[in-house]
Amino acid sequence: MDLPTDRVYTAEHEWLDGSDPASVGITAHASDALGDVVFVDLPQVGRVVTAGEVFGEIESTKSVSDLYAPAGGEIVAVNDALADDPGLVNRDPYGEGWLVRLKVSEVGTTLDADAYRALIG
Amino acid sequence: MSDAARTVPLDAVHRALGATMTAFGGWDMPVRYGSDLAEHHAVRERAGLFDVSHMGRVEIAGSGAPDALDAMLVSRVRDLEVGRSRYTMLCDEAGGVIDDLIVTRLEDRFLLIVNAANTDAALAVLREGCATHGADVVHRAGHVLLALQGPAAAHVLAAASAADLDDGAADATKLRPFRAVATRVAGVATVVARTGYTGEDGFEIACDDAAGGRRVWDALLAAGTASGLLPCGLAARDTLRLEAGLPLHGHELGPELGPFETGFARIVHLDDAREFHGRAALERVATDGPVRRIVGLIAEGRRAPRAGYTVLDGERAVGTITSGAPSPTLGVPIALAAVDASVAAAGTVLHVDVRGTRVPARVVALPFVLPAARRAAARSAD
Repeated sequence: MDLPTDRVYTAEHEWLDGSDPASVGITAHASDALGDVVFVDLPQVGRVVTAGEVFGEIESTKSVSDLYAPAGGEIVAVNDALADDPGLVNRDPYGEGWLVRLKVSEVGTTLDADAYRALIG
Repeated sequence: MSDAARTVPLDAVHRALGATMTAFGGWDMPVRYGSDLAEHHAVRERAGLFDVSHMGRVEIAGSGAPDALDAMLVSRVRDLEVGRSRYTMLCDEAGGVIDDLIVTRLEDRFLLIVNAANTDAALAVLREGCATHGADVVHRAGHVLLALQGPAAAHVLAAASAADLDDGAADATKLRPFRAVATRVAGVATVVARTGYTGEDGFEIACDDAAGGRRVWDALLAAGTASGLLPCGLAARDTLRLEAGLPLHGHELGPELGPFETGFARIVHLDDAREFHGRAALERVATDGPVRRIVGLIAEGRRAPRAGYTVLDGERAVGTITSGAPSPTLGVPIALAAVDASVAAAGTVLHVDVRGTRVPARVVALPFVLPAARRAAARSAD
């Protein structure tokens, strides 16, 4: 599976890129496993999260999963396009399907692309 | 039992179509081929084709077969006419459901389609009961069972069977619901029943082996292309049956949830002296009324109640969600729940604890979604 190498990953299948503020999303592996995403519950802009904290939920017809912050910091934007088109997470998980932008103030436990690829086998 | 999931005869066909596979009932099954929502809508609006070969096919033959089945199943089968199917249940002595199944009477035998995960348990009971009545039990391993579902299903089946009909095969598209016929599809000997598990019109097509099943699968996919038929996985099957308000064993049926709790009192035949498994316990429920009932709920907001969540009436816990999902057809969260009979009336407003948040949910009549033909009739009546 092609994994972008310009970002880091969590064992819970989120990604965090290196921009400032950083974008956060879920991996293609995760969105494939969920099936069609029908609802993404995102936090208010301005909320401060710690690394590893649950910041939202992502729901498919089959299941609902918590979203874990890959780093700590302030949520400075959420992807409003997902309210009308949650399927963006399936179609473009590393691009238009981003979830939130985070002003990072605390580094979390993350994996590089090779380590994440090894994790998901 | 081995941990490795068994594969269905058409496993390679599904993988070649790009299916995502998942373990279900001890089998490796397609959960979706592409988009589970697209597959769901295809069945509601056009047609879908499912491989449900994980379900067990059991045949009961011999002169003692009617007596044997009548001594076990909650429904009487001795008066079932040849070519008719009946939805019924196999219960234990406490009235709990070992399995729910469809029994079809053919010329020389009864065909039972049982749930994948319950096949071994049902077989054990059926074998014991049949042995005492001189009936034979055959478990048809390696069979292919296909479900062709949706408002265009009859059109697709007719297209795939054109040569068979010219050749004198019985026309399964003329069957009424819960009728079945032994016929040929794409040149393959099959038993076709007008049954399904999606709440739409459709057919279930039983083929004896992989080679025949493959031919029927390919013929139906090819014949359905013009109608917009999609191959469909278990994800769509589950949301379709949920919208149709149909119970799934292990969720709405089980040791504590029987035919009366789930709204299937009509399948329990108590009007004769038959001694069937669980009769005494079920008669008590018939007399006293069930303590709990399965109800449909529509929740407010976007977050769906999921199996296991608590249902509340004020501060009082009154039940548990048994299945729930965002309804692809209605666009709102729907659920089935086992609740105290006192709060089961349609219109009752309850709450569901959705991961720590109390979400209002209204009891509604089932099904949540009518079949396509009745949806169209309701629209034109508005």
